[in-house]
Amino acid sequence: MSNVPAELEYTEAHEWIRRLPDGTAEVGITDHAQHALGDIVYVELPEVGRTVSAGDACAVVESVKSASDVYSPVSGEVIARNAALETTPESINQDPYGAGWMMRVRLAPGGGDAKTLSATAYTDLLSKESD
Amino acid sequence: MAFIPHTRADVEEMLAAIGVANLDALFEEIPATLRAGELTGVPAALNEMQIGRLMRERAAQDGTPCCFIGAGAYEHHIPAAVWAVTTRGEFYTAYTPYQAEASQGTLQLLYEFQTMIAALTGMEVSNASLYDGASATGEACLMAVRANRKSTSRRILVPATLHPRYREVARAVAGQQGLAFEPVAYDPARGTIALDALDAAAAAGDVTALVVQQPNFFGGFEAVDALTDWAHAHDALLVAVVNPTSLGVLRSPGEWGARGADIVVGEGQPLGVPLSSGGPYFGFMTTRKEFVRHMPGRIVGRTLDSAGQEGYTLTLQAREQHIRRAKATSNICTNQGLLVTAATIYLSLMGAEGLERTASAAHARTRQLRDALVRIPGVRAAFDGPFFHETVLRLDRPAAPVLEALAADGILGGYDLARDYPELAPAILVCATETKTDSDIERYAAALERILTQAPHSTANP
Amino acid sequence: MAMREPTIFEYGAPGRGASDQWPTPGTDAVADIPPALRRERRPRLPEASELDVVRHFTRLSQRNFCIDTHFYPLGSCTMKYNPKACNQYAMLPEFLGRHPLAPAASSQGVLRCLHELQEILKTVTGMSAVSLVPMAGAQGEFAGVSMIRAYHRSRGDVARDEIVVPEAAHGTNPATATMCGFRVREIPVDADGDVDLAALRAAVGPRTAGIMLTNPSTLGVFERHIVEIEQIVHGAGGLLYYDGANLNAILGKVRPGDMGFDVIHMNLHKTFSTPHGGGGPGAGAVGVNERLAPFVPIPVVGEDGGSYRWLDEADRPQTIGRLSTFMGNVGVLLRAYIYVRMLGRDGMRAVGDHATLNANYLCVRLAALGFDPAYPSRRASHEFLITLKRQARQYEISAMDVAKRLLDLGFHAPTTYFPLIVPECLLIEPTETESKATLDAFAAAMARILEEMQNDRERLKSAPHATPVRRLDDVRAAKQLDLTWTGTPAGSPSASA
Repeated sequence: MSNVPAELEYTEAHEWIRRLPDGTAEVGITDHAQHALGDIVYVELPEVGRTVSAGDACAVVESVKSASDVYSPVSGEVIARNAALETTPESINQDPYGAGWMMRVRLAPGGGDAKTLSATAYTDLLSKESD
Repeated sequence: MAFIPHTRADVEEMLAAIGVANLDALFEEIPATLRAGELTGVPAALNEMQIGRLMRERAAQDGTPCCFIGAGAYEHHIPAAVWAVTTRGEFYTAYTPYQAEASQGTLQLLYEFQTMIAALTGMEVSNASLYDGASATGEACLMAVRANRKSTSRRILVPATLHPRYREVARAVAGQQGLAFEPVAYDPARGTIALDALDAAAAAGDVTALVVQQPNFFGGFEAVDALTDWAHAHDALLVAVVNPTSLGVLRSPGEWGARGADIVVGEGQPLGVPLSSGGPYFGFMTTRKEFVRHMPGRIVGRTLDSAGQEGYTLTLQAREQHIRRAKATSNICTNQGLLVTAATIYLSLMGAEGLERTASAAHARTRQLRDALVRIPGVRAAFDGPFFHETVLRLDRPAAPVLEALAADGILGGYDLARDYPELAPAILVCATETKTDSDIERYAAALERILTQAPHSTANP
Repeated sequence: MAMREPTIFEYGAPGRGASDQWPTPGTDAVADIPPALRRERRPRLPEASELDVVRHFTRLSQRNFCIDTHFYPLGSCTMKYNPKACNQYAMLPEFLGRHPLAPAASSQGVLRCLHELQEILKTVTGMSAVSLVPMAGAQGEFAGVSMIRAYHRSRGDVARDEIVVPEAAHGTNPATATMCGFRVREIPVDADGDVDLAALRAAVGPRTAGIMLTNPSTLGVFERHIVEIEQIVHGAGGLLYYDGANLNAILGKVRPGDMGFDVIHMNLHKTFSTPHGGGGPGAGAVGVNERLAPFVPIPVVGEDGGSYRWLDEADRPQTIGRLSTFMGNVGVLLRAYIYVRMLGRDGMRAVGDHATLNANYLCVRLAALGFDPAYPSRRASHEFLITLKRQARQYEISAMDVAKRLLDLGFHAPTTYFPLIVPECLLIEPTETESKATLDAFAAAMARILEEMQNDRERLKSAPHATPVRRLDDVRAAKQLDLTWTGTPAGSPSASA
């Protein structure tokens, strides 16, 4: 059973969003996503300073047999990237909501975020997908 | 027939197992209106004895002229062991090593190849080969666009001293992805890239990559250190196109300028692959480790098996078309495995010393050829300066009829530059390698002198 | 268990070498090359004797499966017997020694072979022109889609920027469309493996440049709606591209030109049995109908009164250009030529017949053992898909386990996990050159594996056991990149420690 922390928001494409009080948000991929991908061997992250719009492909996670785009669930400017993933991509497998975070975005004032799901709604989605 | 082993009884049993009455019933899902009629345009079958006779006749028709053409394909001595081992069924009839455990031979060989080509070019990583030198150059331009994050222009500078066919192929392979290929003129006295033309190109805006061929198409030497530093000073990548034989004596692209070339490609044919009318050959590509994920083509890595023993496998496959589909680095599926097999065996036999001697001998023979030919009235060297194993000679009359007359004597006298470099005409590009002897060169010189001492107008109809 | 074979760098000793192969050193041979351009250090290449080299690479060869030693039912790859005659007669010294820029006058023999091959391929595919230039299937695809683009542009129809590709297609199809500057629109297939016509109708329009189809498809079945697909795509102003990966299935039975395709690439290394060479060289000749004929890649071989010559941009001014330095993989083309001449017209039909017979027979045999064909209601083409989804759930095994266990039992594995849309699949292509006895033996091995799923699962999960190495750690290979040998060569002072 996948771990779905209650305090986060989620997308149908299996990203998570942690909104922070300073108007920024952390983004990563969910426990379900890392499990489906298998051992992650490489992560390509966006450059700091890049402006992303919700729905943009902003990162790539590679396992041995797959490469998946990660779509930004929010709009804004990338202010930090988790450079540690370049040498330890397995952090995403081991701790997807902690050490496996991918980028932090300063949210654009006008919003423009993708439709997000609560932890409950995301859990429902996962149980439907496994049918 | 058609190498099909089935007996009549086999076919009957198999049809019965499937539950159909005849072979035609297996095609019932194909609309009847689409079924092919008789393939009358296809000749009737020949057995092996008959096809053998036919092919020997066709081959004999073409003969074995004495060849002084290079221009991207070079005749070298090929040790007998190279193709004796390469054509073993285990190499010849295997496929791409998808099942690594059943393909360790091919995989280890490719790993050894990557090691040798990286060493020869002075770079950190190599792929397992591309189709040929020209298409590898096109792929290198696409790769430069991916790898050079400081440049957004997609402008690739392609000097006129780069092989004309490489320029055309690069444009055909990469042009549809918005790359702009911009020519750079050469210095007419030396036959090398004109540095002021480069500065003019840079003044027009951001440059993604500069492509430099060494030795260049004319056989001469570019100022590779200055060109590499120029590229880096302009935030452009330096794509080196090199002849692998020449690297037996020349400094490797990894050592060019202060930081070395960024992507190195070339035609692998001189490494044990016969001329064969132009193919199959193979292209090689090496680069810095930091760019490895931008590199197209198959890459082999060494790893461990479940028992902790070393073994080899395809790696970094997530860049490739069968996984990334529309976002792959290239649509390329395979490499040129068999040719790489030959080249790996060739390089193992030659070693650094054998390659150095081959390069030196080819250079010495070309110098001997040039010296013999420029003594003939009506022939002179087109450029000042040193060359490797090719050089341009200017004639006092149109080259085509002269080359035709030489061919009638069984001598392929060089490549006519009239089409690609009309400003040099009449001129030919000549090449001699270690395979040529004193008497070959004397024979060429004598034939050319005889042809040129005839009145110019008479050469058209010898 | 086989012993480790050292790398070639671990053979030999400093100063050793196959010196019988080397030219005699000249005196000051390179003195006129400026010292600044010359190497100071030699590259690190092997220093081994000729016998060392022959033994090493012969031993490496013995660590491969190949058609000459094993049944190789790799779906979509057509691993049929490569006749020895094709190799021997393509490697006659005159053919090997011919320089690509040799004049036509001293090349009539080879040009005639290539011209006849062009003509035969036109007949077999029902197309009006053929170019032999592309050096692999993927390059043939590139040439074909480039011609589609050139065609629309020549008519000023520049809005067509999309290529439609069924989701089951080879990955090369979308990758090629991207390389040609197109956007890819993927469309689904229906439950029986045919293209979803409603989705196709919805996808096509004024932006459609064309569709790329494999028929029989990668699902191992003939696309039954091909006539409707042709009408829908042509009706929308698009062109039809035929991916010839599966041409072996229909050789002599139905021609892509008659199905309405405008352009086709043929994998001569599949259908026309040129060797796969451990992954290349291939040859991806393209055929086109009248409307695309002006755009074919150059050079092509022309004939005039029994005399042959290259046709280039002067003869084909609208060409998409050159894709190789010279003329593609002539050596491969000669092998294909020899093969088609040995088949002849009756042999061609026999290929399609028996390739299809073998696939259907093996499919029926495996189904009877309890394996699940992915499309049970359909006739197999020259290959078929089975899905191990049920067994994977029931016994917690994977298609990869089955593939690896087959290696132990003396068979190369089928294609695994392709097409991506069928879970836990094996794509099995026996080819026409395999006997019933071989197919029966393969079925027996599959029966044994099915039995192991139930009674000896660990043996299956830990396969292979009998290969030179055990299952390899791909994750380690990708994370701890080791792409060149950096060890200490044999005989150097530190190696003896």
